[in-house]
Amino acid sequence: MTHDAAPPVSVTRRRFLASTAAIAVLASAGGRAHAASLSGILPWQPYSATPPTPVVPGGWTFFTPAEARAVEAIVDRLIPADDVSVGGKDAGCAVFIDRQLSGSYGSAQNLYMQPPFANGTPSQGFQSPLSPTGRYRQGLAGLDAYCKANFAGKSFDGLSPAEQDDLLKKMEANGIKFESGDAKSLFELLLQNTMEGFFADPIYGGNKDMVSWRMIGFPGARYDYRDHIDKHNQPYPLPPVSIMGNSTWVRR
Amino acid sequence: MARRLPRRDVVIVGLGWTGAILAHELTDAGYDVVAIERGPWRDTATDFNVGYMPDELRYAIRQDLFLKPAQETFTFRNNTTQTALPIREFGSFLPGNGVGGAGVHWNGHTWRFFPSDFNLKSHLDQRYGPGFVHKDLQVQDWGFTYDEIESAYDRFEYLAGISGKAGVLKGQVQTGGNPFEGPRARDYPLPPMKMTLAPTMFAQAAQGIGLHPFPTPSANLSGAYVNPLGIAMGECTYCGFCERFGCSNYSKSSAQTTILPLLMRKSNFEARTLCEVTRVNMHPTGKHATGVTYVDVNGEEFEQPADLVLLCAYGLHNVRLMLLSKIGQSYDPNTGEGTVGRNYCYQTNSGVQLFFDDKIFNPFIAAGSLGQTVDDYNGDAFDHTGKDFVGGAGINCIPTNGRPISFRPVPPGTPRWGSAWKKATKDNYLRAFGFSSQGSSYAIRGNYLDLDPTYKDRFGNPLMRMTFDFPDNDIRMSNWVTDRMQEIAKALNPRQAVVSRRTKPYNIVPYQSTHNTGGAIVGADPKTSPLNRYLQSWDVHNVFAIGASAFPQNAGKNPTGTVGALAYWAADAIIQKYMRNPGPLVQA
Repeated sequence: MTHDAAPPVSVTRRRFLASTAAIAVLASAGGRAHAASLSGILPWQPYSATPPTPVVPGGWTFFTPAEARAVEAIVDRLIPADDVSVGGKDAGCAVFIDRQLSGSYGSAQNLYMQPPFANGTPSQGFQSPLSPTGRYRQGLAGLDAYCKANFAGKSFDGLSPAEQDDLLKKMEANGIKFESGDAKSLFELLLQNTMEGFFADPIYGGNKDMVSWRMIGFPGARYDYRDHIDKHNQPYPLPPVSIMGNSTWVRR
Repeated sequence: MARRLPRRDVVIVGLGWTGAILAHELTDAGYDVVAIERGPWRDTATDFNVGYMPDELRYAIRQDLFLKPAQETFTFRNNTTQTALPIREFGSFLPGNGVGGAGVHWNGHTWRFFPSDFNLKSHLDQRYGPGFVHKDLQVQDWGFTYDEIESAYDRFEYLAGISGKAGVLKGQVQTGGNPFEGPRARDYPLPPMKMTLAPTMFAQAAQGIGLHPFPTPSANLSGAYVNPLGIAMGECTYCGFCERFGCSNYSKSSAQTTILPLLMRKSNFEARTLCEVTRVNMHPTGKHATGVTYVDVNGEEFEQPADLVLLCAYGLHNVRLMLLSKIGQSYDPNTGEGTVGRNYCYQTNSGVQLFFDDKIFNPFIAAGSLGQTVDDYNGDAFDHTGKDFVGGAGINCIPTNGRPISFRPVPPGTPRWGSAWKKATKDNYLRAFGFSSQGSSYAIRGNYLDLDPTYKDRFGNPLMRMTFDFPDNDIRMSNWVTDRMQEIAKALNPRQAVVSRRTKPYNIVPYQSTHNTGGAIVGADPKTSPLNRYLQSWDVHNVFAIGASAFPQNAGKNPTGTVGALAYWAADAIIQKYMRNPGPLVQA
């Protein structure tokens, strides 16, 4: 959907000086932003919307194979497979986290990351110099070292489900120290990102087949409930849809 | 070296609600206006596209439409004994960015403050006697009355097509409206929205214990509407993607849906986007401004001369621009001297969550301001005699959404993960709702805004420092109102009611409210306010600062209705008084 309709910056500049009433430009071509001068018309340009790019499963873009095995095991304990739903791994939560870490979220591109860094009070919020990618890399290394030292050389994914749950509970309760990274903050980050993946639109790689939405009864990206607004205390009858649509819309 | 551009009559900083209103009024009056907006151009079809707007992760969690802290943030501390640290990730409040500003991603609650909110200090002194208001509270009058801005409220409500029910029409109390509101000249332009189950039950319970519930005045439209500018909007479809989202359906009022389609076609208006104003330029005498300096997205610096400078950014940014430009004197909490940054206030909220066994609430069928409010305990609607606080709170049952990354109510004691968590999540998602109090926030000496001594933005300019904690008065108020909320909860007879009280310290992490007020307040005395009653700087007569930054203290209501009214109030003063005879509109 890239296009080259935006004029060169110099045209925009001339507009500032010319001060005539006509549209000059629009903002983004190939992702590069230009300042714009808009006058005389409500600006509009075809194909200037920015839909999300669907995640394609398969392979890892951030995690190493060992990290991926640990994260898959963790998301499967946070959201275990049971009679209510599939587990976090099959729902795509590890893939979701991997792809998020490869994007602007992982690099903390939008956050204020200028020094000096200092430890504040809890009410002052997050103050780490590490981006989410850094926190995962350090934290997962710390987890791996801890497991190997305490479980006869095994990694997290080699532990029994009961051992895994026990270790995750200790991390959650801040009752454990890693050599690298902070166990409690790694747990909180994992829990947050796993839930995001499980409940977000499936376009981001998790919530496969809208499993979580079916589980709780959330109809997803529907846009008009006028037919049901007056039907108090009655279940909503239609299945969920994603931004990508619904699997029944596609020929298999 | 900044490139100097040709002068304009008026330069407006920020193209959100207030910037668009002022631009429309001033261009209609024949002035040549340029608005400079640091974010991108945004419009419904392209930027709030129905094909992908219902995306909780992108818009609500990753905050796609908001100001990015990397661009500008604030530093924060609870009190002056602490060292302020930067808000590296926005949480407690979420400033907007881009054309439309925070008016793009608001919920749409559109209130009028009570008449007693405007002359608050004199009102409380008169009703309860001098000395009743605790000496630590810097409660002040606004310098104008509700009656003076009633018509400005009316214009904003009709611009935006607000859905609601009048409570007091020409002095007569109306059944089904808010009996505590100030008198209005006419009803809302649209009837109230259709109600879902939760607010219906809430209203029945509140009425049953003698309270006066009414439909929350809403900028989510209950029907099709053509506003006085000739711009058409559509009926809300109750999709539940309001707050943190742009509306794909032309059903939520914003600059995009009510003003820009007309404003952008005017030959005497120009918007410059992705251009960030870094300071207001001052004449060497310091008595008047000569225009603004801004930096465009490619880092090039421009100087835009203008006869009149209107600060219409988000309130906090108005204050920072005044501090950076040395318009007025920075407030000092030790001496009480200086006025810019004084009386920073917020909102004092609490909540109750109710769980039922036998009800289906369908929380996803919702709108940002679809709900019911009880104002019996708001402001000074009730007698404070014998109470140890002033102020109050609106009690709102407005279930705005069922977006499941954030909305997953489970009873306390439920594990946060594992099979037990999953079962509780599944069992309770459709069967819970909440209501909340939105409490007033009154100023104290130690809550203020100034420039941070350490942290800088990407241009090397100091970040603004916020020093704030909840005043004890406001905590006492909130606790008392929360006790009243428990009475309503009891009348609803849920399986379980879970109360969340407001406690100190104020925490910058969990979302609470994007209702940051004060810092560039209006008033009658230049010793205690940087702006006069027309939102004009006492010190620099051709600078006006329009926004919630002008509130001397915050009421127990959402600010946007009053912000819209202030925009019309200031526009009238500028066009009818200032432009005819430029100079101070009030003699200090």
